[in-house]
Amino acid sequence: MTRLCDHCDQPATVHETVIKTGVAHEVHLCADHARAHGYVLPATTGAAVSITQILQAAQQSQPRAPERTIRTCPSCGMTIANLQAVGLLGCPDCYKVFEELLSGVIQRAQDGASIHVGRHPAQAATLIDRAALRNRLAKELREAVSSEEYERAARLRDRLSSLGTAGDDDLGATLDTPTLP
Amino acid sequence: MKAIDRSVFYDSDTPLGDVVLSSRVRLARNITGYPFVNRAAPDQLLEVMHRVQSSQLGSVFEHGTRWVNLQSSDVSDRGMLFERNLISKPFSEGTHPRCVALSADGCASIMVNEEDHLRAQIYAGGFKLYALVESMTQLDRSLERSLEFAFHPRFGYLTACPTNLGTGIRMSVMLHLPALRILDELEKMRRAAKELKLAVRGLHGEGSDAHAELFQISNQITLGRSEEDLLEEFAGVIVPRFVEYERQARQRMLETDALETTDRAHRALGVLRSARILTLEAAFKYLSRLRVGVALGIIDSVAMSTVNRLLLEVQPAHLARIRSIPASAADDDRAARATHVRATLDA
Repeated sequence: MTRLCDHCDQPATVHETVIKTGVAHEVHLCADHARAHGYVLPATTGAAVSITQILQAAQQSQPRAPERTIRTCPSCGMTIANLQAVGLLGCPDCYKVFEELLSGVIQRAQDGASIHVGRHPAQAATLIDRAALRNRLAKELREAVSSEEYERAARLRDRLSSLGTAGDDDLGATLDTPTLP
Repeated sequence: MKAIDRSVFYDSDTPLGDVVLSSRVRLARNITGYPFVNRAAPDQLLEVMHRVQSSQLGSVFEHGTRWVNLQSSDVSDRGMLFERNLISKPFSEGTHPRCVALSADGCASIMVNEEDHLRAQIYAGGFKLYALVESMTQLDRSLERSLEFAFHPRFGYLTACPTNLGTGIRMSVMLHLPALRILDELEKMRRAAKELKLAVRGLHGEGSDAHAELFQISNQITLGRSEEDLLEEFAGVIVPRFVEYERQARQRMLETDALETTDRAHRALGVLRSARILTLEAAFKYLSRLRVGVALGIIDSVAMSTVNRLLLEVQPAHLARIRSIPASAADDDRAARATHVRATLDA
């Protein structure tokens, strides 16, 4: 069943239930009327958070970028303007090219997180910045212990030890890995 | 596509099955050496399809894989896949080269060239997140043997949208929340979900209406936590908490309005057993009320799995397939829907 827009005959793509003084009423709008009513539509239905909004906010809060930082991804031709319009990166290399701008965007989209601590492809083992990962895991372990999340702390401890020490012996001494009670 | 009638789809004999209708785990991956889907040329997209089709899919697909080319598949196939939440609406309606791999039991799919090169999904009736994540991990490892995934040491697995970065894993459950709606506590639920960084959507994803009081909740954060931590938080803490909210609301409903609650469930069963006309909206409404009745033990003549099955079979593409007619002709076949529901409940 296709709901039509409240204001025209186009199919509605934005649906909202508005609750006012305990009474719920539904609003159904097509993309054009939604924009006219001030709804900011996600650039893609896959994103629960609007990357376009975040990018625009990031651009506005940054000081005027000097000419030399206006870049195009050499692999796919994506520019920052494209990125803002579409809300999607163009290719894996874009993440390297636009790393500074993106780390802020990513942090906002991912609730402050900006470093991957999960699984990695077997082939990428050598790419992992082991020292950074271990430092990050150690920090999380300290936080888990101090907030008494012992199960989580145990898992972090396992991950830390699975990262191994082969080739990283010089780093081992500099890390302060807390012990569990 | 033959109508798959596997009980695993409707299985509700799991803990939390009174509130959790189904569970789903989704994985997003891209292959190195190609632009993301939004920027790739058609021949590149065809190459990606070819690469994925030649790779090993592993044990999740061990009983057979069916590849459906979306550019050439018919409307009814696409309709059924969409109703089972195995493909998304944009994927179903797109025009670029794309395809989907379906497992023999109809519970796993890999969309190729949706927003990312690969979007794998595994689905199960009831609350089964732990098992699904394990299966997904196996699938990931298997695919990795033949495909090189785009990965960044800092940002993890790379995706077209930064909201899927890192682990690329999204877990979701379909929750039946009629009591929260009746007690007008859905707003509270949405706020709690927002605070916990969860996305809340209706039956068919982003922007859809809340049919049959069914809501999908899923994790929004995919970066900065390990797969195990994400799973433990979502499946071990968050979902049980939401189930508890609904269960308590149902108890309150029973305590304050026992007669009304009982009447509502029986009345719903009455309509479903005797109506000659059933719109999709009406079917959802009464099935939702029946489901509460079954969950609370008010109705014992109907099994939960039957209700779960009907929630799927009343939808247009499924209904058309059951009647062996083209989906377009069955667009709003209210009489056929009513007949099917009566027949199912009488069986």
